Amino acid sequence: MPSQKKILEVKNLKKYFPAAQKQQLKAVDNVSFDIYEGETLGIVGESGCGKTTCGKTCLGMYPVTDGEVLFHGKNIHTMSKKERFAFTKRVQMIFQDPYASLDPHQKVYDIIAEGIQIHGMAKNKTEEKKMVAELLEMVGLNAEHAARNVHEFSGGQRQRIGIARALSVNPEFLFCDEPISALDVSIQAQIINLLMKLQKEKNLTMLFIAHDLSIVKHISDRIGVMYLGKMVELTESSKLYVDPKHPYTRALLSAVPIADPEASAQKERIMLKGDVPSPVNPPVGCRFAGRCENCMEICRKEEPQMIEIVPGHYVACHLYND
Amino acid sequence: MNNLLEMKHVAVNFAAYGGTVQAVRDISFSIEEGQTVALVGESGCGKSITAKTIMGLVKKPGKVMEGSQIIFEGTDIARYSSKEWRKFRGKECSMIFQDALVSLNPTMKIGKQIMESLDNHAVTTSKEEKKKKVIDMLKLTGIADAEKCLEKYPHELSGGMRQRIMIAIALISHPKLLIADEPTTSLDVTIQAQILAEMKALQKKLNMAILLITHDLGIVADVADKIVVMYAGKIVEEGTVREIFYHPVHPYTKALLNSVPRLDRDGKEMLCTIEGNIPDMTNPPKGCAFCERCPHAMNICAQYMPEEKTVSSSHRASCWMMDERAAKGGVAHA
Repeated sequence: MPSQKKILEVKNLKKYFPAAQKQQLKAVDNVSFDIYEGETLGIVGESGCGKTTCGKTCLGMYPVTDGEVLFHGKNIHTMSKKERFAFTKRVQMIFQDPYASLDPHQKVYDIIAEGIQIHGMAKNKTEEKKMVAELLEMVGLNAEHAARNVHEFSGGQRQRIGIARALSVNPEFLFCDEPISALDVSIQAQIINLLMKLQKEKNLTMLFIAHDLSIVKHISDRIGVMYLGKMVELTESSKLYVDPKHPYTRALLSAVPIADPEASAQKERIMLKGDVPSPVNPPVGCRFAGRCENCMEICRKEEPQMIEIVPGHYVACHLYND
Repeated sequence: MNNLLEMKHVAVNFAAYGGTVQAVRDISFSIEEGQTVALVGESGCGKSITAKTIMGLVKKPGKVMEGSQIIFEGTDIARYSSKEWRKFRGKECSMIFQDALVSLNPTMKIGKQIMESLDNHAVTTSKEEKKKKVIDMLKLTGIADAEKCLEKYPHELSGGMRQRIMIAIALISHPKLLIADEPTTSLDVTIQAQILAEMKALQKKLNMAILLITHDLGIVADVADKIVVMYAGKIVEEGTVREIFYHPVHPYTKALLNSVPRLDRDGKEMLCTIEGNIPDMTNPPKGCAFCERCPHAMNICAQYMPEEKTVSSSHRASCWMMDERAAKGGVAHA
């Protein structure tokens, strides 16, 4: 069960990238959230909304433009080299594309053992071999697979290797960036089950990013919805589906197709008009205003702030400002 | 309703380095006029190759085997010459591809790309008339600023807009059959909903049939009339949407339906998975291809290919469990 201990605190995080003509692409703009020990926080949003950039900045893979990210109370962007090294052992990542994120020249053994070697976790070669074999079995592969090359594996198996690599250093925090979107439906279920099983066994804390809402809802305890660099809603995953507050969340949820002809026919659909505006020069005021069916005058002038309307349910929308 | 397209015993092989890949193995199904048929299955099950076969786009080392019949409006098109194919494609039958950015020509303006299709097929009309047709088509697909859009290049448009252009190109010559190969996979859900609604509206207006290829069962439930489930190059089950979703017969269809988490259901229980991987298609199993991953597999499954059995006039499946000799109700449900 998730505890009340904060593992990661993100405070007013901003990440801008330089764009043409001295403009700035505001990929992540003033986002704040906490991740508690043992929970899974899912972040959903459409492509280009900044969810991956947000995750990567939280892990220190990008420098911040402004704001801070605290891991166990320590700012990860001002860490010394030594602290940073220790940080990489506690935090690991699983990538989207299992075909691109594994070195095709390396044997599976070398891929998994690399972290163990770097952090000096095994006393000798025999122990290292034992550890790799255990990791492979933990993710549902065989110990014999260690001697093989990556290209001999299917997509689902490769993703398992990626998970074994991430778990090799016994991390406490796992960042999963769309770990299943490159896989087939039946394989997706395998990987999701594996991640949920491992989380229980090892009491992992996870930041889970995906655009597939049904998967995120299945795996997450809480969900944050992002739109154009902003977090617009954050609440428990069961609540988000039953009682979405932000108009964007409502539209997003109504657009997800349901694999049931009757439920699908009865479902009320909110059809959004137009496309997501560019994060270079985003609109003034609420960023969703141009596509919103509840747009008011104030929405085009003033940016809504994130407020807690019910305990644990945060929304950034003028509809809920009294 | 008349059958627009009938596939009869179609088989496609690819001569590869490691042996012959039997991508499509003796499949038969039909599409009625104005109907939406969804072809469902995992990657590598042969669904895209089936679509390419209908368009005559199977190239070497692929080969449509002897005995395959593709009957379109009463004519067997399987043995068309390349000249006949060129007349057929775009006019009778069009295709939308998955990735609109790589399918559009990056160096050509949108207007010209759509006009190309008219130049190839339509009877000669004046330039103004053609331009008007293009603009009308663009408006039909939901592009507001159609006149301006003609002068743009693909890179200036968003993913959803590009997919609309693809649809406009495919539909400008009013084909009778539209093949949509994962038309919304690269798009976001809100844009996907827009495109699907657009496609449904256009289908009604132009009275065309759609062959939709997808792995997303949610989309299938939303738009399809009939579902064809493929596994390892074979059709394992075929039926109407309600039959497949509410009364699936084949274990693979059941597993596929159970493996997707549902947004409208609560619960953190484990998802049903299909263990293992799809078989090697250079050497497909002698018996049922799903046998190795099937929770109900019997001895006979590995030995002999199951025959096709009919459940109702529109519902058929190939599974040994349906044989009258199989134990009824005695099979443990995994």
